[in-house]
Amino acid sequence: MSSPRQDWAIEWLKQALLEVQEYVKLCVAAVKGSVSRPFYARDVMEQIDIIGLGSLTVVILTGFFTGAVLALQSGMTLDQFGARPFVGRLISASMIKELGPVLTALMLAGRVGSGIAAELGSMMVTEQISALRALGTDPIRKLVVPRVLAGFIMCPILTVVANAVGLTGGWMIALTQLRVPSGIYWSSVVQGLYIQDVWMGLIKPFFLGFVIVTIGCHVGLRTTGGTQGVGRATTNAVVAASVVVLVVDFFVTRLLISIFF
Amino acid sequence: MRHKSLAEFGLPVELAQPHAPVVLFDKVCLAFDEKVILRDVTFEVRAGHTKIFLGASGAGKSTVLKLMLGLLKPDSGTIWVLGHRVDQMDEVQLMGVRHHMGMVFQEGALFDSFTVGENVGYKLYEETTQPLHEVRQRVEEVLGFVGLSEHIDKQPSELSGGQRRRVAIARAMAAKPTLLLYDEPTTGLDPITSLTIDAEIIKLRDLEAVTSVIVTHQLRDAFYVSTHQASRGPDGEPLISAAAEAKVSQADFVMLKDGSIHFEGSADDLRASTDPYLQTFLS
Repeated sequence: MSSPRQDWAIEWLKQALLEVQEYVKLCVAAVKGSVSRPFYARDVMEQIDIIGLGSLTVVILTGFFTGAVLALQSGMTLDQFGARPFVGRLISASMIKELGPVLTALMLAGRVGSGIAAELGSMMVTEQISALRALGTDPIRKLVVPRVLAGFIMCPILTVVANAVGLTGGWMIALTQLRVPSGIYWSSVVQGLYIQDVWMGLIKPFFLGFVIVTIGCHVGLRTTGGTQGVGRATTNAVVAASVVVLVVDFFVTRLLISIFF
Repeated sequence: MRHKSLAEFGLPVELAQPHAPVVLFDKVCLAFDEKVILRDVTFEVRAGHTKIFLGASGAGKSTVLKLMLGLLKPDSGTIWVLGHRVDQMDEVQLMGVRHHMGMVFQEGALFDSFTVGENVGYKLYEETTQPLHEVRQRVEEVLGFVGLSEHIDKQPSELSGGQRRRVAIARAMAAKPTLLLYDEPTTGLDPITSLTIDAEIIKLRDLEAVTSVIVTHQLRDAFYVSTHQASRGPDGEPLISAAAEAKVSQADFVMLKDGSIHFEGSADDLRASTDPYLQTFLS
């Protein structure tokens, strides 16, 4: 006979597996929905506006101050080796390969993941999702596919913006605080990058954008328990998406390194 | 074209003949984990008739409607709706059947980011190839039917509870369904507003020839719908009056208790019943 603790563990494992199964099913349905009819193009454009343009301010601020603080911190360290002119190299390598994609994804997880989970969660508890189905609309195609496509398209674009703004923030600090001439900074930025790094920085956000949005949709569509449930779903979406962003970042980086290097 | 026909969805067109069953439940059972929701539920709904489900909260009334729409699947038993076995259909096939059905949800379930007009015309805008001006015309027509024409550009949040239910009815009827399902259409409304909702249900049934399935625990509304009928007055305006005997006999009551059918019969049978549970419910 199993103990209550074992029963609890088995139950927990079953629930976890069920969640994973449902998440995978949602991802498959979203991918299928992206390449078949009916396709709600207007909703895709609307989500590109909400997810992409709506997140621009937070991404610009994050990118700028990350680049700036990176320049400040690394400037002090590089000084110890008389390597202050190489600050651009350090900033470009850090921002484009890692910080740009990850910080942008984390910002999107907070802003977009929570928003999607709250919106779809509210629709679930007020039966609007059931109403959609009753009206002959597939909620996956109408609600999930446009958000997934928008996240998939906009995350890399926002990452490029964050990278550009981060490098600019670093340049401003290098110029004004570290007294590194602009020419030296920018040539150092270019020297610090290999084409593989640029590819890595561009490819990772596609994966990250996909997981942020699909997690938000999955959590939102499984919301139960009224307004309290919506609050819980929002928190779960942010926590899960933030952790998964870091995990996916690790594995995709590992994969890309094995491909490129 | 109004919307895709069943045949276009790859389904055989077997819409029921007049007064043939449009809904048939045969020994339907459903349980969520250990909790039994429905146990051997068997009934039929004939075209043009009204079926009214009564019962305490948690008796399984709303679940019956969700099973008809295919939003839930039974554990066992068969469900036929409009000539199709919906318990075996996948989501894509169900979309074809749902085009001929409408549902009024508890609290309305209106899309809060859309205006009243967009809510009402949602199905026609999104799921049909009907020209926009025709959709607008139909939206104005159905909003006029429920007496809310002037609210077409408002947000649902600007409407009262009763108005939201009437918009939900307008949305459900916009695509001219054959079968309309009402989930607690008058719950939480004052008696006067409830009567206006009841009148809409009667008008739709008698003037638009829509078969109705109503889930409620408001006995007053249930009896009102079953004992009244709608007709057109000399000026073309709808009139609600006491129903003739033949019309009253087209309304059946089903009492659900703990997931099983406890009673099935006419309004008179229900009133005359000496069953203690029914007596408690009626008192």
